[in-house]
Amino acid sequence: MGLRKAALRKAVIFGAAVAAAGFVATATVQAQTPGPNDQFIAGLIYRTGAYAPNGIPFANGIADYYALVNARDGGINGVKISYEECDTAYATDRGVECYERLKNKGPTGTAYVSPLSTGITFALTEKAPIDKIPIISMGYGRSESRDGSVFQWNFPLLGTYWSAADIIMQHIAKKEGGFDKLKGKKIVLVYHDSPYGKEPIALLEQRAKMHGFEFTPMPVTHPGVEQKATWLQIRQNRPDYVLLWGWGVMNSTSIKEAAAVGFPRDKMYGVWWSGAEPDVRPAEDGAKGYNAAMLQHGAGQFAVHADLKKFLYDKGQGSAKYDETGEVLYNRGLINGMLGVESIRKAQTKFGNKPLTGEQVRWGIENLEISAARIKELGFEGMLQPMKVSCSDHEGTRAGRIQQWDGKKWTVVSEWYESDDKVIKPMVDAAAKKYAEEKKLTVRDCSKES
Amino acid sequence: MLGAFLETLIGGLLTGVLYSLVALGFVLIFKASGVFNFAQGAMVLFAALTIARLSGEIDNKEVHLANFVVAAAILGVAVALIGWYAWREYVARGAGPDERRKMQMLAAVGALVGGIAAYSYGKGAWPIWLAIAATAAIMGLLAYAIERLVLRHLVNQEGIILFMATLGIANFLDGFGQTLWGSDIYKINLGLPKDPLFLFENVFPGGLLVDPGELVAAGIAAGLVVVLAIFFQKTRVGRALRAVADDHAAAQSVGIPLNTIWLIVWTVSGLVALAAGLIWGAKLGVQFSISLIALKALPVLILGGFTSVPGAIVGGLIIGAGEKLSEVFLAPVLVKAFDLAGGGIENWFAYMLALVFLLFRPQGLFGERIIERV
Repeated sequence: MGLRKAALRKAVIFGAAVAAAGFVATATVQAQTPGPNDQFIAGLIYRTGAYAPNGIPFANGIADYYALVNARDGGINGVKISYEECDTAYATDRGVECYERLKNKGPTGTAYVSPLSTGITFALTEKAPIDKIPIISMGYGRSESRDGSVFQWNFPLLGTYWSAADIIMQHIAKKEGGFDKLKGKKIVLVYHDSPYGKEPIALLEQRAKMHGFEFTPMPVTHPGVEQKATWLQIRQNRPDYVLLWGWGVMNSTSIKEAAAVGFPRDKMYGVWWSGAEPDVRPAEDGAKGYNAAMLQHGAGQFAVHADLKKFLYDKGQGSAKYDETGEVLYNRGLINGMLGVESIRKAQTKFGNKPLTGEQVRWGIENLEISAARIKELGFEGMLQPMKVSCSDHEGTRAGRIQQWDGKKWTVVSEWYESDDKVIKPMVDAAAKKYAEEKKLTVRDCSKES
Repeated sequence: MLGAFLETLIGGLLTGVLYSLVALGFVLIFKASGVFNFAQGAMVLFAALTIARLSGEIDNKEVHLANFVVAAAILGVAVALIGWYAWREYVARGAGPDERRKMQMLAAVGALVGGIAAYSYGKGAWPIWLAIAATAAIMGLLAYAIERLVLRHLVNQEGIILFMATLGIANFLDGFGQTLWGSDIYKINLGLPKDPLFLFENVFPGGLLVDPGELVAAGIAAGLVVVLAIFFQKTRVGRALRAVADDHAAAQSVGIPLNTIWLIVWTVSGLVALAAGLIWGAKLGVQFSISLIALKALPVLILGGFTSVPGAIVGGLIIGAGEKLSEVFLAPVLVKAFDLAGGGIENWFAYMLALVFLLFRPQGLFGERIIERV
């Protein structure tokens, strides 16, 4: 018995040693210690868990962009980027843990965080002002957080969920021949039962009140693999349109269930988090005709991808496979990386070419302006429109398009829309005011900010 | 209205059969060893991932091969560990050189089979039947490893300790499966029909919608249940399993080897996990969320009892139908009547239903009656 126990113990130790060696080997590849002259950036990403299929391409895009800036330009004006990932698995508690672990790393702490989770963004919104670290929640987070006078540290760049819902409604109205034609129509929202999924409800209720259509929200519980009941209800109610606010496996399941109950896919409109390749591919032919809003960009390879190939992929240093670098979520990661880098660059004009603190970078994001010429220079022409962030507008731009899946690829099927600020601005003001009162925040006077 | 009701009922029952299939895996292990196997969901995911990756399309060959090398390496280490451990044990028992040679032969055969598998895999993805067969073998190996490395050392421990051990196994398998095979969405192509069927179109306006894919899946699940019932009632091994379930000590005293029985039970529940993974994987695509399907089996178990195969089946049907009907017909009424904030009720309603049953029959619908003799 003693020998047996000893043998088992040895076996376990041996196994553990092998596993540990493996982990150390991978860990050293990923995490280099940031040098004294490096700009540190924390990456709250997820490559594991229920939402990994959507998290991985985004994480690859963002990592590749930082690597490209280092390899091609030697950093941001000579300041190398040191980037470290921490896997949150899309769980809010793990997200906060990752944030706490990485926020003070490097000479100046992390420049900003991009959690790619509305839940984590909600949690960090309380911490950011204390730690003085800005949150770039590109295309997600609280819709009212675009009001920089209250949400000084939040930047929902490129579009909030209210913008997304409004753009989709404008597109539907256009197809029907105007908002007045929506009277009496039925519109259903199938949403992820979480802070994320609930975001567009306020805007859609407002629009329903304005135009007299019947709006029904239908929740789907995490992770969204069981939606039979929801779609049987949809079959019985026969709505004219279904809007989809899902994430991860919920999206493809929704599309499959829509096919199973025979709801026409070309009457389905997903938010930009329900409009990538992992959302449609598992549904195969069932996804043909399905539409989704675009967070400006779509799929496809542009000038920046040629640089990626030259400086990273040809040297075997890319995070993905080169063919996958044109996918929707990969491109979104690239853009997130680019907006962060440009914000740091902007902040350097005021604070100097050295590693900057979160507080300094916050100024850079708030004063970020990217012109058409600059977009072209960066290699993002065709993916983005010019944008300008300011104290009162942390969104920067509110433009979007609609794309459709043809069974093989996404095709852009609309012109550019801009969400209607006559509808959204009063809602933002009211919600932000309420938040400031609840949290007893001092509201900045944006007219006095430079 | 009747049409809508029937449609929801049918949809719910078909989903319920699939819940039963997952619940069955729990019941088998609990019956034979009194262990609540929290790792059942992880086993479903692991099996589904293995099938999907072995039968995967060729277009990702590059990644496949790299993964395979890693997989083979890790598998090699695992086999070496088990072999080395077994050898040590033999030596400790005073085994001679013959035993040693036997182990060496075994290792050589293992390496040869592994090599052939790797080579043919390099030639192209396997057909689905071969992938299923290979996965069945891997699930057997997994059962062996669990029995050897974990359970055997926990004999005579409290149930809660064994439960904790399965929690560990669950987390290990979740992570290990994804490390080995990746965490993207993978397809299993069983060729299930996809176009919806509409029955009795002249009776109900719009007909009764039935998903033919689910119909086939429910058929497979039902077939599996019949096979398992026969296995338990009619075979020698099945009788031994039931004997162990009734009384460990008594079974051992008449010469039924406990360790072998456990190995068989874990293998069988591994195969049930394989079937569940195959069907759920074909339905949803193979990815991490599959392991969460196990949570759907919990109310089924509460309702059906932890020790009853028919209980798992009837429980699955009741939960499946109950949650769909409640979501479609009860939720809107509740929301309207009490002006609630809304939200899906089907998840917690299943547990509610199970709890109500529990109040009246604590042992579950078909569970063995709890008789305490003082």
